[in-house]
Amino acid sequence: MNFAEFFQRNLPYILSGISVGGQYALIAIGYTMVYGILRLINFAHGDIFMVAGLLMVYISASLPVYVAMPIVIVATVVLGVLVERLAYKPLRSAPRMSVMISAIGVSYLIQNLALYVTGGLPQVYPKIPYISDTVKIFGAVTKRVTVITPILTIVLIIVLVLLIKYTKVGIAMRAVSKDFETSQLMGVKINKVISMTFVIGSFLAAIGSLLYFTNYTSVMPTSGAMPGLKAFVAAVFGGIGSIPGAVVGAFIIGICENIIKGLGLTTFSDAFTFALLIVILCVKPTGIFGEKNIDKV
Amino acid sequence: MLNNKKKKVDLVSMLVIVAILFAVNILAEMFVPRTSLFFSVVKKSCVYALVAVSMNLLNGFTGLFSLGQAGFMLIGAYAYAILTIPAEMRDSVYQYFDGGLINEPIFWPLALIVAGLVAGVFAFLIGLPVLRLKSDYLAIATLGFAEIIRAFVQWDKFGPLTNGSNLLRGYPTFDSLASEWFGSPKFSSTIALAITAVCILLIVLFINSTYGRALKAIRDDEIAAEAMGINLARHKQISFIISSFFAGVGGALLAMHQSTIQATAFESAMTYEILLIVVVGGIGSISGSCISSFLYIAASEWWLRGLDSGSFLGIQSTLFRGGFRKVVFSVIIMIIVLFFRQGIMGDKELSFTRIAEKIKRKSKKEPSKKEAEKEVAAK
Amino acid sequence: MSSEKKNVLRLSDITMQFGGVVAVNDLSLEINEGEIVSIIGPNGAGKTTAFNVITGVYEPTNGEVDFLGKPIARNHPHGKMKKLYAGGNREKYISKPKHGKKVVSLKPDAIAKKGIARTFQNIRLFKSMTVFENVLIAKHMRRKSNLFTATFKLNAKEEKKMREECYELLKILGLDDVMDERATSLPYGKQRHLEIARALATNPKLLLLDEPAAGMNPQETDELTAFIKKIRDDFKLTVFVIEHHMNLVMDISDRIYVIDFGKLIAKGTPAEVQKNQRVIDAYLGVTDDE
Repeated sequence: MNFAEFFQRNLPYILSGISVGGQYALIAIGYTMVYGILRLINFAHGDIFMVAGLLMVYISASLPVYVAMPIVIVATVVLGVLVERLAYKPLRSAPRMSVMISAIGVSYLIQNLALYVTGGLPQVYPKIPYISDTVKIFGAVTKRVTVITPILTIVLIIVLVLLIKYTKVGIAMRAVSKDFETSQLMGVKINKVISMTFVIGSFLAAIGSLLYFTNYTSVMPTSGAMPGLKAFVAAVFGGIGSIPGAVVGAFIIGICENIIKGLGLTTFSDAFTFALLIVILCVKPTGIFGEKNIDKV
Repeated sequence: MLNNKKKKVDLVSMLVIVAILFAVNILAEMFVPRTSLFFSVVKKSCVYALVAVSMNLLNGFTGLFSLGQAGFMLIGAYAYAILTIPAEMRDSVYQYFDGGLINEPIFWPLALIVAGLVAGVFAFLIGLPVLRLKSDYLAIATLGFAEIIRAFVQWDKFGPLTNGSNLLRGYPTFDSLASEWFGSPKFSSTIALAITAVCILLIVLFINSTYGRALKAIRDDEIAAEAMGINLARHKQISFIISSFFAGVGGALLAMHQSTIQATAFESAMTYEILLIVVVGGIGSISGSCISSFLYIAASEWWLRGLDSGSFLGIQSTLFRGGFRKVVFSVIIMIIVLFFRQGIMGDKELSFTRIAEKIKRKSKKEPSKKEAEKEVAAK
Repeated sequence: MSSEKKNVLRLSDITMQFGGVVAVNDLSLEINEGEIVSIIGPNGAGKTTAFNVITGVYEPTNGEVDFLGKPIARNHPHGKMKKLYAGGNREKYISKPKHGKKVVSLKPDAIAKKGIARTFQNIRLFKSMTVFENVLIAKHMRRKSNLFTATFKLNAKEEKKMREECYELLKILGLDDVMDERATSLPYGKQRHLEIARALATNPKLLLLDEPAAGMNPQETDELTAFIKKIRDDFKLTVFVIEHHMNLVMDISDRIYVIDFGKLIAKGTPAEVQKNQRVIDAYLGVTDDE
């Protein structure tokens, strides 16, 4: 089988891989930014992503989709900031392990809340007009969201990178991620910066959620766990703390995973992601774009 | 010397506590009706206590933040079930795989040990690459390994061994053993308690040994521990393997409790649950993990049941419907995580000397240290 | 140097480079049995880095460390470092398997077992443990018991011996009255003593002290001076000290090495070093226009 043939046969998988990769990228940024600043794996991030899906289900039931979407985004942002305020802020001076446990606790809480509200039943995701329509690319039939996702992702990320590079809050973010304590001493309002990080992360997760669930028929309380973990793996893969790294990692994982599905090994598509994670951690623990840290003795 | 003496007393109090537990349990077996949820709760909390203690050995005593517990439990549960399903059951269990690969079951206590050993071997292999990683990277890598194991167990190609994604059943359970020995499922929870007690005792002995001290040194300060001649890689490996061994045995016990098992149940949520048990009990406290396992299981499966079915403590509310108990429960856990970070026991152990000392201090307002010193002098 | 005495530690052309930063640059020094030798230099001169190389925390970029005549670290610039840095006498340390000259890189624990013990600049005690347990840890590496015998208490004799030795040590060092306190609850000076006690419990031949007098007042410093001399004699030690308190350094040292920006700028007896113009410049911050 030559490359062209392989490409032709796997085109639908590659396309959906790019699409899923973009969605992972949007989630991964939330992980990588929070990790960069708080050195915390925000286990609840995947669940916030899931809640955005559920909110869409409930809000679009009574309001038109175009009105529902901004409300969902705002509500998700509020939830993300709320989680930070209630579950992470009180533990600012606690050991890192406690904060991580708190994150796992929040994840558990959100999932159980969702389970209670939904009654454990899958909630049918609404059709978002235009992006759910089918189109044809290179002879492969797919939803329009497949094309929109990578473009939207790239645009959002360029905006984000510019924001971090040139705005005051962006500079503050970079300072805090380099040295938490010193930047605090230099007068950076640490809580504001952290809140901003959660705002951006949740905002992107909400958009990712709108795009992601369009490809699925329903949302469940556990829907966020796997995409969340994978996005986190993408962040680690690219070098945690690095935004371009997270994006590249997310696309690689999305594409590989879908090609594996295409080869008929669906059971291993999740396992592959983790295998990739372990390989990268062992070979280059700081990821592709990560910076090296030397422990001081 | 003083420290030595203290430790011996701790062991004695542990044995006394275990004896009391046995007595209470046996009395309950005799007088409480079998329909009570108490027995199921005891069995399950035994399983969870063992796994929580094994996790505590890693997270609490060695400072290795691992989230692979569900994976090792899965290995243990499958190893146990695969090795003990009786020959006559094999055809119906492995109906899609021609009766499976293994035909001769082995004696169940042996299978329990093998379950632990298989988990230990996997831990050895997994530990080679991942134990070099630091804190949260280790957590995420072990979590990943657990997921990989789960995927492999469900793979069709391994079907003759693992039965693919179908469930395993027919192996000896607590109930079937009790029926075999005593003619009824009575005393099945005592069997669970006995096995768990032996395992936890072994872990306590290990922690109290010079190796246990070395692990604590690693937890407190890796660099200083290494400068004291402690081989980090080797000791982390020992801790990881022993922890996984007992997680494997715990998985096998879970299989014995449930009577059927399936790989899909061993997902990361299970590890999180066990982690939360450890945290609630107190990171670094064996007795804390045991107490909190019981409270956790009893609350979630027994005491708070009313929250799911409409009435709780005599209060009726439409809020009380399916899933509400878990919400209340996770709120309680979050409160503990946020405001009572020490958990129930902190890093202390339940012991009679400690209780006695506390009472003494309260009554005398003078530290009992001087007396202890006298004891040393007398020796 | 006094050639009749046995050489304990020898550093030859040690270079430690982190990326573009050269923390230690071609450092060569030797310490003989029974000596108290100090290494001094301004902050950031590379003294602690040198300690970290000796104890195996860092692998040197170039050079060799010998302990009791046997190499415990040997390396030459390779990989990325080859381009960044050449290294003094690097040919001497390049792999020549025939002559047994391959890269040697022992881990800190292996080096501790060989008989080098250290203390840390920022005290690193085991914080959850008592004073006694802190010292007891040091005995773990000399154990003869294995996992099985230790778990099932079949090593009671060894365990008893460990405990007795530690108790004796604490008594000698005057820490026995606080042995059941939490290590971190001790006053600062005592914590420094405890770190030394813990290092001594490993039965070292060479003791490295990283700023033992940091944060001490003059009186405590005087006591420490006597203390270091006493343990040198009582435990038949060789001592290597990093210190800023000049009184202490001049008082205890047989010889002194002075480094600045990673390079050795002077060595000799206290009297010699005190008169050395380059040392005075380094400490007063004179820019030399050579």
